[in-house]
Amino acid sequence: MVNPPFSAEVRGAITLTWTLALREVRAQYNRTALGRLWSLVNPLVTIATYSLVFGLILAGQAPPGINSKLHFFSLWIAVGLVTWTFLSSSIAAGMSALLGNAGLLTKVHFPRVVLVVSAVIAKAATFLTELSVIMVIVAAIVGPKIFLMIPVLVVFIILLAVFCTGVALTLSIVVIWFRDIEHLWGLFSQVWMYASGVVFPVTLVASASTRLFQDGISINGQPIPLLAVFRANPAEQFIEAFRALIYDFALPNWDIWLMTTLWACGSLTIGTLVFRAKQARIVEEL
Amino acid sequence: MSDFAVRVENVTKTFRVYTDRNQSLKSAIIARGRNKFEEFVAVDDVSLEIPRGITFGLLGHNGSGKSTLLKCIARILTPNSGKITVDGRLAAMLEVGSGFHPNLTGRENVYLNGAILGMSKKEIDRKFDAIIDFSGVERFIDQPVKNYSSGMYVRLGFAVAIHVEPDILLVDEVLAVGDMQFQEKCTEKFSELKADGRTVVVVSHAHDLMRTFCDEVAWLQNGRVIETGDAMGIVDAYANKEHRARKVESGGVRFGSGESYVTKLEWIVDGVDTRTCHTGDEVTIRAHYQSEIEIERPIFGTSLDSREGVFVWGHHSRDAGYVVSSIKPGTGSIDVRIPSLPLRPGTFDVSFSIQDRTGTHVYDALQRAIRIDVLTGTPIESGGIMTFGSSFENIQPPRPIAAG
Ligand SMILES: Nc1ncnc2c1ncn2[C@@H]1O[C@H](COP(=O)(O)OP(=O)(O)OP(=O)(O)O)[C@@H](O)[C@H]1O
Ligand SMILES: [Mg+2]
Repeated sequence: MVNPPFSAEVRGAITLTWTLALREVRAQYNRTALGRLWSLVNPLVTIATYSLVFGLILAGQAPPGINSKLHFFSLWIAVGLVTWTFLSSSIAAGMSALLGNAGLLTKVHFPRVVLVVSAVIAKAATFLTELSVIMVIVAAIVGPKIFLMIPVLVVFIILLAVFCTGVALTLSIVVIWFRDIEHLWGLFSQVWMYASGVVFPVTLVASASTRLFQDGISINGQPIPLLAVFRANPAEQFIEAFRALIYDFALPNWDIWLMTTLWACGSLTIGTLVFRAKQARIVEEL
Repeated sequence: MSDFAVRVENVTKTFRVYTDRNQSLKSAIIARGRNKFEEFVAVDDVSLEIPRGITFGLLGHNGSGKSTLLKCIARILTPNSGKITVDGRLAAMLEVGSGFHPNLTGRENVYLNGAILGMSKKEIDRKFDAIIDFSGVERFIDQPVKNYSSGMYVRLGFAVAIHVEPDILLVDEVLAVGDMQFQEKCTEKFSELKADGRTVVVVSHAHDLMRTFCDEVAWLQNGRVIETGDAMGIVDAYANKEHRARKVESGGVRFGSGESYVTKLEWIVDGVDTRTCHTGDEVTIRAHYQSEIEIERPIFGTSLDSREGVFVWGHHSRDAGYVVSSIKPGTGSIDVRIPSLPLRPGTFDVSFSIQDRTGTHVYDALQRAIRIDVLTGTPIESGGIMTFGSSFENIQPPRPIAAG
């Protein structure tokens, strides 16, 4: 057999990934006349609602930006929210990419992984648009210093996308055998959002922990390690990183660098292993 | 390059057939264990070698594993064991749809499908007009494909697949959906591919197509190959088996319910039953029949096939407007008169059938009962299997005719 050169196959897969991602993006934007503008309305409304509920009514406070001296709850929420939205929506889209494209899978051969990756990339496009809008607003308020953060921002966007791809790869396989995972995921991600500090700062968790201890609720005489549990959450770590960069104009702490990198690598490793092990049987189980 | 486009070695593919399948986590937890399943062997230790540049057919009853085997070759399914080597660019047309996205327009789908089949954007740009032209759906190209008819779907899908210019094309049953015009286009395209030295693998239940079109076929039964080789012999054997046909001592094979049957077939020239004749002869085909029952308005049919398997001609009494009110129990005969035999020299087989008034029930079909040789007669024309009695004339501008 004259094997086509390895690189040609990989190149084909990359082209296909882009084509599919572009199709997704186009399908999202082309549905309405206002297209791209509309796609920003949804996050805007959510941000406004959260700012109103958590900022104004519940009097939530965000710590002022370290270097930026920003003190603007809505922006603080916005950074957390778009990061979270990318994380949860890309995992959701990636996990249903195989089931949703059954028609393609049963008729044409192509690297199956392409479907999952392109779903994540399509969501990343939305994420980039939203991040750019936020950065332009921040720049308008504080000045263009924020654009210095772009190189580091790119690193974290890639780390986050890798993390999401890994989770999506795993779940895309699991969901073929257990269809109700898709539904359970919807429930889980609601809880996860609140556990990730999208709408309240980490200081609240710390004070809740102390309060519980003062009320006499403890484990073996130690305070319940609420904060540690909270900070073990990868979504929280990623959101902290993006807030540091965009809201504080500061480099994330070394432990965030380390943890997010570990989460990304771990997730991708598991995802790849699971996908490799089961991809031969995807089609017949659809 | 090896001599084989596709080589299948000891391939086995099993499916899990679940009893009482429930694909939910909830039930898995409640049932505390995996679903019960049995392994079903759809393709059983199959080995095939498909030579480069031929048209290869897969024959077999429903569920015999043809589509499964094609999907394994197309790398859509992964066999449990065995090895498949494919030498060259491969495109597959499997079942209806070919993976179009219902909400995208025909145009967008062409680009998407092309990319999936491995074409670059530039390549698709270049071939776009040809694709649309071949598909014949240009009027609907900017409409979402969910509004297409199933035939249009297949046409567009097939058009894209063919323009990948594959070295190996796999086709599963798709032709059945297209209309006549499209089927002709496709068979034409197959011939073209064949002439280019490309390999086509087809699955079809249309025996005529298989017989004339394929060079070689494999006959699958319950996932196993029971025969491979020269198409004509195997297709006939298969068709006859399917019809529960029996060999007839005097020649040919027959199938049918048998209440009424052809006892003898004659090829009469100048009043003599013969097996040789000449182009232009007046011929009478006389069928002697015996009937156990009375048949109202029977339809008598006859046909000629060339030795190579081309269906040359067929005619039946209903189309001829010759409706007999009934035939009574007993024996009798019927003639079909051919005033001037328009066949060029060659060897042909004659078949004859008796059917009920609707043409749906076959009392007897005696196939290839007699073989006749046509020798040179008049008119003499240059090639092919037919003579038209044609002439050359009217040279412009006028020139003297040197010989004629
Ligand atoms: N995904 C699947 N899961 C379980 N069984 C399957 C699956 N796909 C096919 N089969 C079984 O495998 C057998 C072979 O099917 P296949 O589609 O290859 O038959 P075929 O020869 O193409 O038949 P047809 O002439 O009807 O197209 C059938 O019994 C079918 O039920
Ligand atoms: Mg089939």
